[in-house]
Amino acid sequence: MAEIVLDGITKRYPDGALAVRDFNLTIADGEFVILVGPSGCGKSTTLNMIAGLEDITEGTLRIDGRVVNDRAPKDRDIAMVFQSYALYPHMNVRDNMGFALRLAKVDKAVIRTKVEEAARILDLTQHLDRKPANLSGGQRQRVAMGRAIVRDPKAFLMDEPLSNLDAKLRVQMRTQIAALQRRLGTTTVYVTHDQVEAMTLGDRVVVMRGGLVQQVGTPQHLYDAPVNLFVAGFIGSPGMNFLGATLEQNALRTSLGDLAVDDRLRRLLERQDAPRELIVGIRPEDFEDAALVGERRTGQACTATVDVRESVGSDVYVHFTQEGGPAGITELAELAADSGLADTGMRGHRIVARLDPATRAAEGSPMDLWIDTSRIHVFDPATGANLTHPERAEY
Amino acid sequence: MMSHRGRTLTGWGVVNLLVILYALIPVCWIAALSFKDPSTLTDGNFIPREWTWANYRGIFQTSEFTRALVNSIGIAVIATTIAVVLGTMAAYAVARLRFPGKRVLIGMSLLIAMFPPISLVSPLFNIERVLGIFDTWAGLIIPYMTFSLPLAIYTLSAFFREIPWDLEKAAKMDGATPAQAFRLVIAPLAAPGVVTTAILVFIFCWNDFLFAISLTSTTAARTVPAAIAFFTGSSQFQQPTGSIAAAAVVITVPIVIFVLLFQRRIVAGLTAGAVKG
Amino acid sequence: MSPPAAETEAAAPSAPGRRGELSEGARQERRLGLLLCAPAVVVMVAVTAYPIAYAIYLSLQRYDLRFPDQAHWVGFGNYGAVLTSPFWWQALWVTVLITVVSVAVELVLGMALALVMHRAIFGRGTVRTAVLIPYGIVTVVAAYSWQYAWTPGTGYLAALLPAGSAPLTDQWQAIGLIILAEVWKTTPFMALLLLAGLALVPGETVRAAMVDGATFWQRLWLVILPLMKPAILVALLFRTLDAFRIFDNIYVLTGGSNDTGSVSILGYDNLFTALNLGIGSAISVLIFLCVAAIAFLFIKIFGAAAPGGEPERR
Ligand SMILES: Nc1ncnc2c1ncn2[C@@H]1O[C@H](COP(=O)(O)OP(=O)(O)OP(=O)(O)O)[C@@H](O)[C@H]1O
Ligand SMILES: [Mg+2]
Repeated sequence: MAEIVLDGITKRYPDGALAVRDFNLTIADGEFVILVGPSGCGKSTTLNMIAGLEDITEGTLRIDGRVVNDRAPKDRDIAMVFQSYALYPHMNVRDNMGFALRLAKVDKAVIRTKVEEAARILDLTQHLDRKPANLSGGQRQRVAMGRAIVRDPKAFLMDEPLSNLDAKLRVQMRTQIAALQRRLGTTTVYVTHDQVEAMTLGDRVVVMRGGLVQQVGTPQHLYDAPVNLFVAGFIGSPGMNFLGATLEQNALRTSLGDLAVDDRLRRLLERQDAPRELIVGIRPEDFEDAALVGERRTGQACTATVDVRESVGSDVYVHFTQEGGPAGITELAELAADSGLADTGMRGHRIVARLDPATRAAEGSPMDLWIDTSRIHVFDPATGANLTHPERAEY
Repeated sequence: MMSHRGRTLTGWGVVNLLVILYALIPVCWIAALSFKDPSTLTDGNFIPREWTWANYRGIFQTSEFTRALVNSIGIAVIATTIAVVLGTMAAYAVARLRFPGKRVLIGMSLLIAMFPPISLVSPLFNIERVLGIFDTWAGLIIPYMTFSLPLAIYTLSAFFREIPWDLEKAAKMDGATPAQAFRLVIAPLAAPGVVTTAILVFIFCWNDFLFAISLTSTTAARTVPAAIAFFTGSSQFQQPTGSIAAAAVVITVPIVIFVLLFQRRIVAGLTAGAVKG
Repeated sequence: MSPPAAETEAAAPSAPGRRGELSEGARQERRLGLLLCAPAVVVMVAVTAYPIAYAIYLSLQRYDLRFPDQAHWVGFGNYGAVLTSPFWWQALWVTVLITVVSVAVELVLGMALALVMHRAIFGRGTVRTAVLIPYGIVTVVAAYSWQYAWTPGTGYLAALLPAGSAPLTDQWQAIGLIILAEVWKTTPFMALLLLAGLALVPGETVRAAMVDGATFWQRLWLVILPLMKPAILVALLFRTLDAFRIFDNIYVLTGGSNDTGSVSILGYDNLFTALNLGIGSAISVLIFLCVAAIAFLFIKIFGAAAPGGEPERR
């Protein structure tokens, strides 16, 4: 178990590609940190640098207070779980799990007990003498985990360890990994593509984009106070809705009507010299069917025509289209590309609202919606910065 | 009238039969010749009228052929072993490691794969005479292993590339040095590729004729293909046809056995280097 | 593989390629890589690069093996002698003819064979095994089989010809038979290369063409062959270079008599029959240049990719 400190880590591949820029992070002993971001943002590269599988171009990496930049992976005492599991196909499960110990010249009897202990924890005891090719996906995944925990290393590194499993198994394994990590208390860095995994697993989440760290924080913090458009759009599912807005005297004029600006927000905007043209972000759950809200809370009502109504039982999702969403913002284009929205070829700008299942909303007919204006986010279109939560990212 | 399916099956049967006849007739013909009695050798019949082992007894009685057979086996085995060992080392490096000069190595093997052997015969003839290895096993082993190295490197590096790269990273994370990663993880997985390559290289060495007649002058190192070409009849007026046919059959047998046993692997090996990449 | 002009690893200037800045792991990897390649490189350089340089040196000398003491420098004299000799041009013409015809026939036959192996409903394994026999068999053995088959009095094929004909003693007929022997022996190799290329053509694409109403020939010509172009070019490159070096078949079938000798036969004869090392070496160098020109032509003009290149990322 150990503290891992990344200090100004930069990676430039030999072909010139700058994969990670100035990565700073202190991972506390026993902490579970998630690296998340769209494809190609440098997550695996960062992990491989911690593992020692890729050289660090600039910066220092300290494990337990010692600089390990120039140490080979085997001298770092770190275990890794690969996306492909990378099980040795010619060895049975027992030999796979004991391989690292065998290389470290650990006594055979000790290896045996450790492997069997790990197999017991992971429920692999009856498969110990089988070859990886004869195991199911979930079993292979557990063997890969077992290979890591047998060594009792200073830290676990996991690169999308669940992405080869089907949806149901993934949820199961996710809880298993979380429980295992809590039980062993080993420092863990976990890379994922999947923002649900990111939100549910880690103590802290690092959101990356294009090799740059965007924000670091607890899942709830990232959700409540994203520092910029990118984090706001990336965290949460369905994602935050974005609208173009013009700042008027006491309101933000949007295609959904005027959203009142309260004192706190006005002062924040004034202090930051906000431009007149802004972007407003509204999470789907900050909408509600106006008929169900009553008079009790302040907010803004508006009317829209329902395109699609999706009921998932506990909630109803309502989709509607707005003319002229915020255009020409690279972050938003990137987010759309990452989630595959860009390819659906839909015109206009989609808004998703999450409503109480009691709603009467019907496809094709207009409905009154209520917006919780106290929870809206306001972004500067030029920098993408969140003006509602101007605090610096916490490290 | 036959059903559509029946017709298709018959059609494929005929096609398959034609292909098999194409491949086998010349081989069967030389085998048939080898069993012919000297009196019926020149009757032009495909199938021998009189079957006899006389030709085989004949060639195994003279040291000319047995000596050549020993040479052929010894030279091919040694050259194959060396080429496969060196080729495995180089192919692993080409497929897996980052080091300067990799492209030079690839380019060079490509060049040698295309090299006309006749261009090397004259200088090698002279160099080997100076070094005193002309007409020795070493004199043939050296060019054989050189010319089969590109083949070995291509085939093996294609096989190495199919072994997932993650496995090696995993071995590194498990604390293996690069040498251990190679010995304990990659080598066992590469074994089928190595066997395939060994077969292809062996066939290559077994097959050679030009070096064998150019770089030998006595039976000291002459291999079977060259020896056959120097066979003489038992008398001046007798053609050595029967002996040649028998010797030809003897050196064809191991190839046929290889092909029967390792058909799948040979196909994989032949095509792996050429299509990937 | 892209041609060597593409960026090399050493060409990225700001990369951590500078010595002393590499981590322990990278240094170890580098050392291991060089170490593993060294023996192969040493062997290949010692046995090919040095001899070819020596061949060039020899080709600039008058060097008769019967009078080794009289060897002396003649500059390009040997090349002049070879290039003005009708024997060289005759041999070159025969070689080119054999190469072009046999490779063309092999391509068509090989493609047919590949399609048979690809589509056969049953007996695929048997066909493949059978087809490997011509590939594996010693060329000299096959050549003798053909020679005896065409020898009047002995051969079953000669027996089918009109009495008195001796095809191996006539220039054109003999060249035809040499091509036949060459085609028989190497078509399977061509077919296997093409089969591997065929396996890379996505079945879905071909089925899509079928749904679009393409006939068998249209599918072959408009869909399969274009998609197989890289495999075809590699197979052609290999076989052309190989056919240009033809020696064994001619040596056994005709010995090069009646103007059927290839350039390799000519080089061999000058070396071992005429014992003229200077002229023999000049011919060797010229053959090498021809082969280099063919390879260059294929790679530059047709864009054939050399096999065994590097993958995208290491
Ligand atoms: N060996 C390499 N050489 C050159 N560039 C590379 C190499 N490996 C990765 N890159 C580049 O570095 C960037 C980051 O890659 P990385 O693999 O870390 O992404 P990732 O965040 O793990 O993405 P994914 O979610 O798709 O796995 C990418 O733009 C990639 O193209
Ligand atoms: Mg990745």
